[in-house]
This record gives sequence, structure tokens and C-alpha cells, in this order.
Amino acid sequence: MMLKLDGVSKVYRVGAFGGRELKAVSDVSFEVGEGEVVSLIGESGSGKSTIGRMILRLASISSGTITFDGRDITSIKDRKEYYRQVQGVFQDPFSCYNPVFRADRVFSMIKEQYFPRVGADEWRKRVAAALESVRLDPGNVLGKYPHQLSGGQLQRMLIARAVLLDIRLLVADEIISMLDASTRIDVLNLLADLRARGLGILFVTHDLSLGNYVSDRTVVLRHGKIVEMGRTDLVFGNPVHPYTRSLLASVPRLHTKWADVATGDDVPCAYHEAPRDSRTRPGLAEVEAGHWVACAGCAASGIEEKKIKEKA
Amino acid sequence: MALKVTDLRVYYRTLRGEVKALDGVTFSVADGEIMGLAGESGSGKSTLAKSLIRLDGRMRHVGGTVELDGRAMPLSDDTAMDEFRFRKVSLIPQYSMSALNPTRKIGKMIGELLESRGERPDRAELERRLELVGLSKDVLDRYPIELSGGMKQRVVMVISTLLNPSLLIADEVTSALDVSSQKAVATTLLGFRDHGLVTSMMVVTHDISLVYQIADTIMVMYAGRLAEKAPADALVNAPRHPYTQQLISALPEVGVRYEDRRLTGIPGNPPSLLNPPGGCRFRDRCPLASGQCAEQPPFAEVAPGHFVACWKAE
Repeated sequence: MMLKLDGVSKVYRVGAFGGRELKAVSDVSFEVGEGEVVSLIGESGSGKSTIGRMILRLASISSGTITFDGRDITSIKDRKEYYRQVQGVFQDPFSCYNPVFRADRVFSMIKEQYFPRVGADEWRKRVAAALESVRLDPGNVLGKYPHQLSGGQLQRMLIARAVLLDIRLLVADEIISMLDASTRIDVLNLLADLRARGLGILFVTHDLSLGNYVSDRTVVLRHGKIVEMGRTDLVFGNPVHPYTRSLLASVPRLHTKWADVATGDDVPCAYHEAPRDSRTRPGLAEVEAGHWVACAGCAASGIEEKKIKEKA
Repeated sequence: MALKVTDLRVYYRTLRGEVKALDGVTFSVADGEIMGLAGESGSGKSTLAKSLIRLDGRMRHVGGTVELDGRAMPLSDDTAMDEFRFRKVSLIPQYSMSALNPTRKIGKMIGELLESRGERPDRAELERRLELVGLSKDVLDRYPIELSGGMKQRVVMVISTLLNPSLLIADEVTSALDVSSQKAVATTLLGFRDHGLVTSMMVVTHDISLVYQIADTIMVMYAGRLAEKAPADALVNAPRHPYTQQLISALPEVGVRYEDRRLTGIPGNPPSLLNPPGGCRFRDRCPLASGQCAEQPPFAEVAPGHFVACWKAE
């Protein structure tokens, strides 16, 4: 596995003098392989962006390890070397550009930093190829100022910038949310195309339908913990955690109204219903091949904890 | 008819000329109707919503009329509009979280607000309405900072509807919320109408699947003009304007995966509204466009309650 998170937690100090602790991410483990799109789904405060920021080394890791090709990412001293392989694209494309300069400055900055010895002609070719790979017409976007381009174009240029570096992992944090409906799908399809070229993508989103459309595997987060994860078709086709079920039921759909969506309450806790040897990951039971679920917060978990304490 | 808008034109003054953000829209909203107003950025949906409340310094009312409950609204007369605002037309702003005065307790702020409009606060009624949106009366003694984002949103919703307006405009009220709170807010809006606190409603949004959940009718705007207005089910299941058709088929739904069915966006961009081309404004991106489209199509009723601005819609 290319990227591997192992028991990763993030604790923020909050309150006056940092006296209290807020666990934004607790004990999260999952993997992203080459040529795979994994969507990280959660509501606000679920810790999904914090995980993305830790992978991009924009936030420190409180405990646990993140490895890239088997190397602990915090041990990679040369950050440039890391960023050559791992890049992020964020929600707001408008704030990523300096309005004073032309938008294509993002490309020349990459050249200065990473490819100072590449000739001007060769570089132009590479930029054109990168733009074409995100389905932008170079003649249409080069030399323009940010205000002359649409949000979708700006966002695709940022992806082209990442592609120029020939990266292997892209952390895409809510990159679709600010785009218009008619251009959204183009950026989503673009992610699918990049995946076909072997790029691993962590697609962070709050929008279940977007995650469902594009990803191979899905990780559902709640309050910093994984509640359910596995193959996208299994997680969305047969959700077993009550939280995933309620999320799916609240998603507004076309052609179906909320009133017609059955919520199916009172399902037993799948984690404790499953046999003990199916608990193949810490805190997660494998309910079917490639589909894990956490405890639904049922009474059984309290009893187990008590037993563990008594033993101790 | 609660609201009747006829050939409304509102332009923005800019250094490079006038941006024709709202260029001749004609429609009406019936008593008790919840109308979803959908469109992409730059379609003019927010300009339309703002025009019915207050024109800011850059906006100019160029032409057309707006009637509410049979009375003409003086859009360009800021002071005369005061008679309508809050009492007849009310707005739930997009960022309710920052719409409350941080230095006043909620109860005091509401009191001052009503006083400034010459109304007397009715404490019992206020508490009843807070209860209706699931808030306890204790919030009246709290400062905005003590409430969560969702609670503030509900407080603002209660304030906006306090004087039982004829028309409530909800401007992208769900965009900043999580899916579960989106559903709560949307059903609260529905409750306002069903309890008779507001007569009609205009829900401005870019999310057609959300507004489809609560709206009776949906109106779609494109580049400053109306594209289509129809009962919600007809618009979603049998849209007639090529723009609506392509827009709806570009929306990924839970259950649709790109491997099974690859959706496509709409190629091209909307025209600049500084000097928009004549005729149908969607024609450059439209697969059905022909010579006839150089002439602007009328917003015609093709079926009862179903209006379309397209020559090709039959």
C-alpha cells in the first residue's frame, strides 16, 4: 500500500491556556493504494480535513504513524522530495491565486522550485500537456488573470499544477463544493481519469453522492472515529452502521422525496452481532469481505469495557 | 397571487459598464406556494432575491414592476420600501451565523428590532415560535456566542418570520450546513408555511435535489433570464428546457457510479452579462440551437403551470 495510516490521532489544545484537550481524530487507520480513489466522508467537525492536513504535513500527528511507501512521513527530512509525490488541492480555488499576477504563475513557481534546469521550450510543452490532461485548452487559460477564469477552470489549473509534478498521491479536500453543478461533474470525471493513470486520490468530502460516484473505497468518519469503511458499493449499498444509514437517508435525492426513504431504525449493533474473530481491525468488525463497521454505541460496548476494567 | 413580477430588470453599475444581472423576468408566486429558485453562480437568482428586499448602492432598477398582494413595491425608493420589509417581505440571509448582534442577548436584540419597526414584542408568541423550531425559551437570555451554528440559524429563522410576512425569501440557507442539519432546516421552512406563519416562500439555492424535497414549484434561471418554471415533479422528471435537462443529468446521485454511467457536464461557460448576446442566452452551449434562437424566445406556458423559454420546447 502506498499510503498507510496506522492508529493516527490528533489532539488539539483548546480553552484558556490550552488547558483542555480536543481529540479531533482518534485512532484512525486506513490505506490508499496506487490507482485508487478513497473517499473520506464526514460532516463538519468529523476530522476529515485534519486527516488530509496531516497527510500533507500541514498539521503534526499527535500519535500513530502515517507511512508513504513504507517510510514514516515525519522522517522524510526533505519536504520538497515528499511534495514531489504528494500534493493537495483545496476547497476554494479563488483564494489560491494572487489576483495581481496572471493565473499561470502557479506553473512558473513550480518550475523555479522543482525544475530549474528544464529548458523553456520543454517546460511549455509540459505545461500544455498537463493542461490538456485536465481538459483545459492552453490557449484559453494561459496569460489570463484569475478573475478572467471560472472557478472550475481555476480548480482544474491547480490539479494540472499537481500533475506537472508527476505526483503519486493527491489529497483533494472538498475540491468540488465551490463549483457550479454543470462543471462539477467534469472535475469529478477528471479525478476518475487521473486514477486510471495510476494516481492514488484521497477524496475528502461531505457530499455522499459525489463520494459514491467517484470512489473505489469509502471511509465514513464521525467525531474523529471511523464508523464504517470498505468498498464503496458495499458501504452505500448495504450500510450497517446507524450513522451511515441516517446520513444516507438525509441526503436530498432527485426523483425521491425524504418522506419516501425508509430509515429502517432499530437495527442491532452489527459490530457486536458479528463473530469475535471478524474483528480484524482495531474497533472494527468485518461484516462481509471488504466491509468493516464500528460499534453503534450499543449497551454491549459498556459491558465489555467494564469487563476489561475488572480484569485490570 | 401573492407575488407578481413583470419584466423586472435590475443592472449593476460597474466601471466597465452595466452588468445586466436581471434582464426581464416575468413570473408569479401563488398564495401558499413554495417556489424553489435554482441557478448557477451568475444566473441572477441572488439579484432577484435581493431586489425584492433592498437594492444596494450598485444596483439600479431599470424597469419592470413587482406587486405583492396587489400593491406595487417601490423597489428603487429605499425609505418607502421600509413599509414592506420585515412585515410583508422578509429574508433569511445566507450567513445567519453572522447576522446576530454579538453584544446583545438574543431576547434584547429581538426587542430592539421590533421597537425600531414600531411593533410591540409579544413574549408568549415569541416563546411559542422558538418551541416550534425546537429551541427552549432560555436562548432569549443568551448571547449569540453561546449558541451553536444550527441554533443561531433557527433563531434567525424565527426572527425573520415573526411578523407573518406574505413572502419569505430564504437565500442559500442550507448551503453551509451538514446533510442532517440541511434536512432539519428544510423541514422547518416547510413547517412555517404549513403553520401559516408565512404565506408564500422563495427558496433560493444552487442545489436542485434539496429544493425538490420541499418546493411546490421550481424556477430555473440562466444568465439573468428565466429558463423554466414548473411544478417540482415535472421539472425534475420531465424538464423541457435543454439547460434544465443537461443540468439535471449532470447531478450525481447516490447509487450512480462513474463506472456504470459516466455523467457529463455542460460544455462552455455562460455569456458575460456586460454585453450579453441577443437572442437566447443559452444558445452557444445548446445542442438544439438553430437560427431561430437568435431571437429571444418568450417565457411561454407549454402545459398548465409549466413555463419554458425555448423555441424547441413543445
